[in-house]
Amino acid sequence: MTADDPELRVSKIESGTVIDHIPGGLALTVLGVLGIDGEGDATVSVGMNVPSDRLGRKDILKVEGHELSQSELDVLSLIAPEATVNIIRGYEVAEKFRVERPTEVVGVLACPNPNCITNAGEPAEARFTVLDAGVRCTYCETILREDITDHVQV
Amino acid sequence: MRMRQDHITSAKALSRGDIEAVLDRAAEFAGDPTAHADRRPGALLGLAFFEPSTRTRMSFAAAIKRLGGDIVDMGPVEASSVSKGESLADTVRVIEGYADAVVLRHPSEGAATMASEFVDVPLINAGDGAGQHPTQTLLDLYTIRAAAGLDGLTLGIVGDLKYGRTVHSLAHALTNFEVEQHFISPETLALPESVRYDLDAAGAAVEEHTSLEPVLGELDALYVTRIQQERFPDESEYRAVAGEYRIDAETLAGIDELPVLHPLPRIDEIQYFKQAHNGVPVRMALLDLLLEGDR
Repeated sequence: MTADDPELRVSKIESGTVIDHIPGGLALTVLGVLGIDGEGDATVSVGMNVPSDRLGRKDILKVEGHELSQSELDVLSLIAPEATVNIIRGYEVAEKFRVERPTEVVGVLACPNPNCITNAGEPAEARFTVLDAGVRCTYCETILREDITDHVQV
Repeated sequence: MRMRQDHITSAKALSRGDIEAVLDRAAEFAGDPTAHADRRPGALLGLAFFEPSTRTRMSFAAAIKRLGGDIVDMGPVEASSVSKGESLADTVRVIEGYADAVVLRHPSEGAATMASEFVDVPLINAGDGAGQHPTQTLLDLYTIRAAAGLDGLTLGIVGDLKYGRTVHSLAHALTNFEVEQHFISPETLALPESVRYDLDAAGAAVEEHTSLEPVLGELDALYVTRIQQERFPDESEYRAVAGEYRIDAETLAGIDELPVLHPLPRIDEIQYFKQAHNGVPVRMALLDLLLEGDR
């Protein structure tokens, strides 16, 4: 480890999740998407714009006492496809993996088309097929390429 | 043959085999539509129209009656439980209990796809907002096939390509055939990205234009759509393009026998047209195939 290593800037966590390689500046968005707003008692450490060989600048999140669910990982994969996730148990890295783009996400994004049936108060969860670039509503077929984070509803 | 699809929600799901089965049977029925009342005696077709319709509603009613069946009609929205706040999902579940198949027209895109998830009887999309209108496409294909053939066709599609659901369905269905598609519209009404995406994925031969004149001479047939005021979020946007693609004798001067098709209703974009009364035999064929066998 070097003096610049971000691992030295925040203390280790006993259990929880470390999300690394988030595109620089998106850490707070990821927290928002995961519904972590500081209201609970979880300790959250945020590293922003940390120099990174792979990304240039990256953000890092450490969330004490919370392991990401599959739907949280799905959303994370859409906004931070390069992210790596470390599951920490007993101060050790128990699992480490890259997020994987799912083929479909259900109930995590709202359709941007105001005239889509999923925005009409019907008992239908918004469902999106994941494309190479962007996502596509299964119902109205609208393609969403940019600003995916604006439509997250987790 | 049985249709590959139980529900008809999008033309995208129709295979060439599905389409040809419907068109071939429609051609059989068209000879004498009154001679097939023994095909589906007692079959009931549920009509759920949340938007106005003349041709689609009446031709579905005529089609099932010509096959020996009848309709059960939800009637106007304001006279139904929808006006009490009943959801579309609940509405189609109720109608399913009364009918052997359901025809749905609804103002929201994706309505038919969602509704089909709540019923076991075949659900037919008769138009979902600016989304799809696959049965119109079947009769458009029937009309085009009779007038100009399908494989080897160069077709111009002009008008409102953005909100025109008949265009979206037609474009998808034509990818099953060797058809060169020329789309002509103002830039503000060009094909939606989602349709263009599918055409590209299907490897379709597609060109987009803002003016009809340069491509008119290459076309084997021309499909004209209405600029739909009711789909425009803004009236000024509508006024800027309304009437821009008027087709009249002057437009067609020097063009030999170009079949011009129009799904109707028309406003002022077309002066000469040949009305196609193909909706009944085509919908007879579709219903006959969907209701085939035990369910």
